[in-house]
Amino acid sequence: MAGGHRADFKNPVVKWVDERLPIFTMVKAEYGVFPTPKNFNYFWNFGAIAMVMLTIMIVTGITLAMHYAAHNAHAFDSVERIMRDVNYGWLIRYVHANGASFFFVAVYIHIFRGMYYGSYKRPRELLWMFGVLIFLLMMGTAFMGYVLPWGQMSFWGAQVITNFFSAIPLVGEGIVEWLRGGFSIANPTLNRFFALHYLLPFVIVGVVVLHVWALHVTGSNNPLGIDVKGPQDTVPFNPYYTIKDTFGLIVFLAIYAIFVFFLPNTLGHPDNYIPANPLVTPAHIVPEWYFLPFYAILRAFTFGVNIYIALGLLCAAFAMWPIFAAKDKNEINFKMVSIAFAVAGLFCLLGYFSQYELASGDMALALPASAAFVSAKLCGVLAMFGAVAILFVLPFLDSHPVRSAVFRPWFKIAVLLLVADFFVLMLCGAKPAEGFWVPLSQVAMLYYMAFFIVVIPLLSKIEPVADLPDSIHQAVTGNHKSSVSS
Amino acid sequence: MKYFLILTAITLLASGPTFAAEGGHSTPELPNVDWSFEGVTGHYNKGSLQRGLKVYRNVCSACHGLKRVYFRNLEALGYNEAQIKAIAAEYTITDGPNDEGEMFERAGRPSDRFPEPYPNENAAKYANNGALPPDLSLITKARAGGADYIYGLMVGYEEAPADIDLLPGQYYNEYMPGHVISMPPPLSDGMVAYEDGAAETVEQYAKDVSNFLTYAAEPELEQRKRMGIKVVLFLIAFAAVMFAVKKRVWKNIH
Repeated sequence: MAGGHRADFKNPVVKWVDERLPIFTMVKAEYGVFPTPKNFNYFWNFGAIAMVMLTIMIVTGITLAMHYAAHNAHAFDSVERIMRDVNYGWLIRYVHANGASFFFVAVYIHIFRGMYYGSYKRPRELLWMFGVLIFLLMMGTAFMGYVLPWGQMSFWGAQVITNFFSAIPLVGEGIVEWLRGGFSIANPTLNRFFALHYLLPFVIVGVVVLHVWALHVTGSNNPLGIDVKGPQDTVPFNPYYTIKDTFGLIVFLAIYAIFVFFLPNTLGHPDNYIPANPLVTPAHIVPEWYFLPFYAILRAFTFGVNIYIALGLLCAAFAMWPIFAAKDKNEINFKMVSIAFAVAGLFCLLGYFSQYELASGDMALALPASAAFVSAKLCGVLAMFGAVAILFVLPFLDSHPVRSAVFRPWFKIAVLLLVADFFVLMLCGAKPAEGFWVPLSQVAMLYYMAFFIVVIPLLSKIEPVADLPDSIHQAVTGNHKSSVSS
Repeated sequence: MKYFLILTAITLLASGPTFAAEGGHSTPELPNVDWSFEGVTGHYNKGSLQRGLKVYRNVCSACHGLKRVYFRNLEALGYNEAQIKAIAAEYTITDGPNDEGEMFERAGRPSDRFPEPYPNENAAKYANNGALPPDLSLITKARAGGADYIYGLMVGYEEAPADIDLLPGQYYNEYMPGHVISMPPPLSDGMVAYEDGAAETVEQYAKDVSNFLTYAAEPELEQRKRMGIKVVLFLIAFAAVMFAVKKRVWKNIH
């Protein structure tokens, strides 16, 4: 990137600077002539869109921080002052508040794109892992940002989330106190959340630099998931993708603007316009929509790990072992695997129903030693964090040689089911944890986990390897010819 | 793939209202009033805002504060400077301390906020049977249903059904979550005199005061919507231009 080669610039000032610091050479190489596969679809817009959203969030966030007071007695009033008395304060705040939602929209689509087209696979594993790290940092930043207006949902959301850590054995209570800066959510909590909410976006910027750097080493994946073979497969980034990204971005911004100007509070919760009150608990404490699937996974654990579930998990591990170890499907004894899974399922059902309390107060299934030794709360917390953490190892769980779901019909069904599952979890997270929603969230949680731990490793070994097109160029022009003749 | 995306989009749209409507469980559907401030071109009805202010001042303000609204903000209701000064002067504001260290009382000025009805929360609760009348500055944003909810609450007082036991100082309201409310029915026909010929009924009072409280919560609403139309139209036009440019640039590739 800082090699001896310099691009030739006509402008003397640019040339003078570039000879001393080749920043213009770099921009030209990485964003001007950078060879980019020519078959991107519109899913490839969302990386650029996410970058613009991050910029919007930082600019509006810094402006809000100039008027915001991080003190529990003044925070709510200072936000209202921004809304009413600061010039265009309402605009800046609504852009920021809805911007968080739209940043998550862009990033969720971006993550889906990466999964569907196998962008996480070799050689882009590290690129993917940086992306997951950005997602994790975003979740932390968004949570702490939601606390800052110090409304009822801010306060009680902080209460619920920090309380998760109390599920950790032995040190849990200590960690909760340390996070809150006291025995309860109070002014020290707000102060540190504000400090971290201001810091983390810049950490995100740093990881984005690494993410983009890694991207520019490997080059972009593409909808066919095959490697670039030569110059005929690519176009220079500028003007082709600068123009296409701009078009996609403007459409995205138009939808975002509709929310900012016409539905500014639709994605928020009315309770957050009530000042925080430690003595009044809201009827339902609900996180922002983008956390709902993970919240549903947390609440799906109405049961802990008892001896039966532990045995079931052991059997499942025993069933998965040959799948992970096998080089191809001929080495897998499917009869043994099926039996091990059947036994695992049976044990888990026993473990589940022995903890299932009927309306009468009795257990659905009375079994000896059915008490959970890993509490339901701890299981929920581990599963919730695990649901994000497992994304880090996705590149290593999937060893199938084909990247794109276009050529993997089985994987395609599994990943589209995961998307549907994600929406089901989102719906479950928004509903009170009662009645029909509890078993639904449990089934949805099970598929989410099984997708990564069972389905992906299994498909890696058993899904047939399809014939791939020879090159992007051939595939693109081939399509072109057929569409002309038809 | 495409059908799948369309399908998820439809599911998501269909499930949208269920996310939003969550706060209003176990209460009947709110009355759907046709407010002038709704919709893309929404604007406030100034006549209604002025009448709503009168209802607030004559009725609500006995127990409920409006502490985030300044008298100067009443300009948006169509009052001129002299009228605002006159309205402010009808209030007594505790100011100070003066040079001698004493608090003193003076007439209100446009730069003052609406004074609060009670000196502190405990006084408010003590005077209201233990219930705290909330400040109304943000009430339409702080309740699911917004203005429809406030309107519903005003017109929703009924005889309690036989199976609900009310304590003294409690009332039955169809639209209150849980139905039990500590606020006595605040409005009755003819209790506020209107000068502009509008009907002096509970329904009209409820509409006017809901309009006024929406203004109190969202004073920027008209400016926001006017700007939104321009921004969205600009972005659509810009997108169309970019689409044409994109087609042209890519012509040789496809």
